[in-house]
Amino acid sequence: METMQIQVNGRERDVPAGTSVATLLRDLGLDGRMLVVELNRRIVRPPEIESVQLEAGDRVELVHFVGGG
Amino acid sequence: MAPLEIAGRTFASRLIVGTGKYPSPEIMLEAIRASGADMVTVAVRRVDIENPDRDDILRTLSPDEFSLLPNTAACYSAEEAIRAARLGRAAGMSDWVKLEVIGDADTLLPHTEDLIEATRVLVAEGFVVLPYTNDDLITALRLEEAGAAAVMPLASPIGSGLGLLNPLNIRIIKSRLSVPVIVDAGVGTASDACATMEQGVDGILMNTAIAAAEDPVEMAGAMRLAVEAGRRAYLAGRMPRREWAVPSSPLEGVSPPA
Repeated sequence: METMQIQVNGRERDVPAGTSVATLLRDLGLDGRMLVVELNRRIVRPPEIESVQLEAGDRVELVHFVGGG
Repeated sequence: MAPLEIAGRTFASRLIVGTGKYPSPEIMLEAIRASGADMVTVAVRRVDIENPDRDDILRTLSPDEFSLLPNTAACYSAEEAIRAARLGRAAGMSDWVKLEVIGDADTLLPHTEDLIEATRVLVAEGFVVLPYTNDDLITALRLEEAGAAAVMPLASPIGSGLGLLNPLNIRIIKSRLSVPVIVDAGVGTASDACATMEQGVDGILMNTAIAAAEDPVEMAGAMRLAVEAGRRAYLAGRMPRREWAVPSSPLEGVSPPA
């Protein structure tokens, strides 16, 4: 299987070529969670998560709410 | 007592509390309930991929019970703060943001120039912006002009617990702004909260004073009472200060010694 390297929350990760954002979330066990996906500094809206394909070198940020003042 | 109103929304409590630095999620939830606050601040941070439940505040706090106010803490420029605000909006489905742009890591004092710029940009994007700022009238006026829904000057530096260091500045800001003034940061204990509300401000936002108390739940209850007491004292109108004593009991009719 052909793989490509992307960055998830600052760490390198190999994923199958052509992986979608939704597949990445499923592989990470994060699907269905309340979180925000940012791809190369652009927010990926929930309706786009299935359709947006990742490319080699993409930088994915996954963020959520934590305690703060 | 009239409720606090910000951007057309009313809040039963004039106390807004943070959710950071609690000894445990259970104590946090109990303390927030004891504080009576309807709105709580949260931060936006990376998910720990190996342990996604860790630090996830929504496991403890239900958005049905509390309004979540995302902050832009740890942002040092308008650009970073605008990005954090957008992430917070996407995470919470709310347009409200507590805007922080920090100018210096040791004092956590605000970068006022970028704060005003970020306020302007976010207001244009439809955000309800509540900026954390210093106790400076000119900055407060410029934030209001930029479209801030409330202005949030500090009592003293974030997390310092030093209380209200410059009541005069806070009163001046309150007297000149049309939008609500919420004092954010610096309160250490209940008397600080009460004295702050006695200046006539519309509310207080605090985190460490409750979270870092020996008993956060008890302190949260004390803060609730202090904020209400301070507000009521302000509305009641204090007696004038005098340099010399004035007796409380009548001078007439004193029964002389035999």
